[in-house]
Amino acid sequence: MSKSLFEKVWDAHAVKTLSNGQTQLLIGTHLIHEVTSPQAFGMLRDLNLKVAYPHRTFATVDHIVPTDTRLEPFADPLADAMIRELRTNCEETGVTFFDLPSGKQGIVHVVGPEQGITQPGTTIACGDSHTSTHGAFGAIALGIGTTQIRDLLATQTMALAKLKVRRINVTGKLRPGVYAKDVILHIIRQLGVKGGTGYAYEYAGEVFDEFSMEERMTVCNMSIEGGARVGYVNPDEKTFEYLKGRPYSPTGDAWDEAVENWKAFASDPDCAFDDEVDFDASTIAPTVTWGINPEQAISIVENVPTVEGTAEKDKPLIAEALEYMKLPAGAPIKGVKVNVCFIGSCTNGRLSDFEEAAKYLKGHKVAEGVKAIAVPGSQVVDVICREKGLHTIFEEAGFEWRGAGCSMCLAMNPDKLIGDQLSASSSNRNFKGRQGSPTGRTVLMSPVMVAAAAVKGEIADAREVFGVNELVEA
Amino acid sequence: MALEKITEVKGRGVYVAGNEIDTDRIIPARFMKCVTFAGLGEYLFYDVRKNEDGSDKEHPLNDERFAKATILLSGENFGCGSSREHAPQALYRYGFRGLIAESYAEIFFGNCTTLGIPCFCATKEDIQVITAAIEADPSIEVTLDVANERILFGDQSLTAVVRDSARTALCEGKWDMIGELREVEDKVAEVAAALPYMAK
Repeated sequence: MSKSLFEKVWDAHAVKTLSNGQTQLLIGTHLIHEVTSPQAFGMLRDLNLKVAYPHRTFATVDHIVPTDTRLEPFADPLADAMIRELRTNCEETGVTFFDLPSGKQGIVHVVGPEQGITQPGTTIACGDSHTSTHGAFGAIALGIGTTQIRDLLATQTMALAKLKVRRINVTGKLRPGVYAKDVILHIIRQLGVKGGTGYAYEYAGEVFDEFSMEERMTVCNMSIEGGARVGYVNPDEKTFEYLKGRPYSPTGDAWDEAVENWKAFASDPDCAFDDEVDFDASTIAPTVTWGINPEQAISIVENVPTVEGTAEKDKPLIAEALEYMKLPAGAPIKGVKVNVCFIGSCTNGRLSDFEEAAKYLKGHKVAEGVKAIAVPGSQVVDVICREKGLHTIFEEAGFEWRGAGCSMCLAMNPDKLIGDQLSASSSNRNFKGRQGSPTGRTVLMSPVMVAAAAVKGEIADAREVFGVNELVEA
Repeated sequence: MALEKITEVKGRGVYVAGNEIDTDRIIPARFMKCVTFAGLGEYLFYDVRKNEDGSDKEHPLNDERFAKATILLSGENFGCGSSREHAPQALYRYGFRGLIAESYAEIFFGNCTTLGIPCFCATKEDIQVITAAIEADPSIEVTLDVANERILFGDQSLTAVVRDSARTALCEGKWDMIGELREVEDKVAEVAAALPYMAK
């Protein structure tokens, strides 16, 4: 019988049916970071249990690391305690830790793929909702809570109910100036922030065939923002090419065997899905959020919605969002002043994100009064950007070039908004207070759109600012 | 390790209005700078409950009438966003033992169940009816009958939904799966052995 990738990977990792009806699923790759793992190690100690498969857990430090200095002890004693705790836990249990001095530290969802740990046909879990990123390689990858981290450390398995699969086809070609970030913001806008609850999203169609691995990661990353715990793309030659030669990728004969094995996990051409949705790539424009969740998004040429113009049931949330965001209801979002511009995060903190933004930023200057920061997703990304001279382009434009970490995406480190500052951000969440100030405002967009906002000092259409060769729609 | 069978949760209720209440709202990220969950309760809903100077804002959890509430009611997609277990931990440590909402985000729902917090799904209308009863008399006892998927309050009752796997887990005292997961080490090793990437 034909099967989807999801079913094949699930079946290969299912251990047994549990008494509550869920499946005990082997999670082959467990990724951990400093925020959600210390309590799990504590629980393990309380239960007097050992880490069952230490060679299949990999750690890094990302959320709390300052991006302007690597001086230890960190100025924040709580952050310092967290990195020390993770070091101790990894040392005591034999878990590999991509620590600050390793040259491999970075955001967990950037590090896994670039080290070749993220592989097709595998199961991956991490105490972080953006674990869906790794699905770009044809893995089932999902975010979990701390108690499940404990379960994984102790048994390498967890209890999980099987998800349904929705195939999302994006056909045709994207227009110039439209990026992977716009595709996922558009999908979430259309299907809603809870549209994916209970589903894994399989992304397919010409757009995904043509996307690079990094673009696929951007889309899969934000699956959870659409309510889908898992998002994936079937593995293909691009996947294998990306993985070849990475530190944890198989080598020699094992490589050829692995590729054959990986290919077999792809969804069968005639397999059935629980649901299917089609999008026409040509209708997608550069997209930005205007509200307080990622579904509240509009194209750059649209106006901010009004309460009056919204369906009755949505009115309270629209009103709440408009009040919080202090944006002009019914007026264009283009032209709204920005205070902070942030390029980085597990969504858009990879090499191609900085390359693409630098391509347009070159020769431009950040507008006066705007604080702009570029934060590579990992130390590896940082080094490559420096080798290519990209950091100079950013610095000459007036961006600060920082060290690797989550930075302003969630502000568990010194990078935070102040007061009701408005941030043009390449990150993934525009929740109230997300970027560190209880009244701070976030507008999500692609890295090139952030660069355009930085140059103009306001939310702008990058196609106009940078003269992208495309007639801007009327 | 025998777990409590959670067939029923009783207590006073409080309604926190809103849809899409995310886990950053439930527990802002800056309070996650900790290596234990102890003490998280005091930061529950911090930024919507407190002004920057630490004084109280208007919020149901700051309302004396609902001070003893142990059952929280809310809207759609409660607990969306970050997978942080800090959110259900903060709810639990604040004193909440059961939730009623229109719907929940996936990861949050799983995290709650693992802590033994039943998550009831009810319609918007039914939640309004319960809320009206609580507003009229905050001391009214709300009973979450997990086994029968019923919510009882005063002399009224209504039918709600607790997802099958969660209901079974709670009622049979199998909401924390570590014991059962540990029972089949050999079987796990067998599945792992068939997967080349699991090799040392």
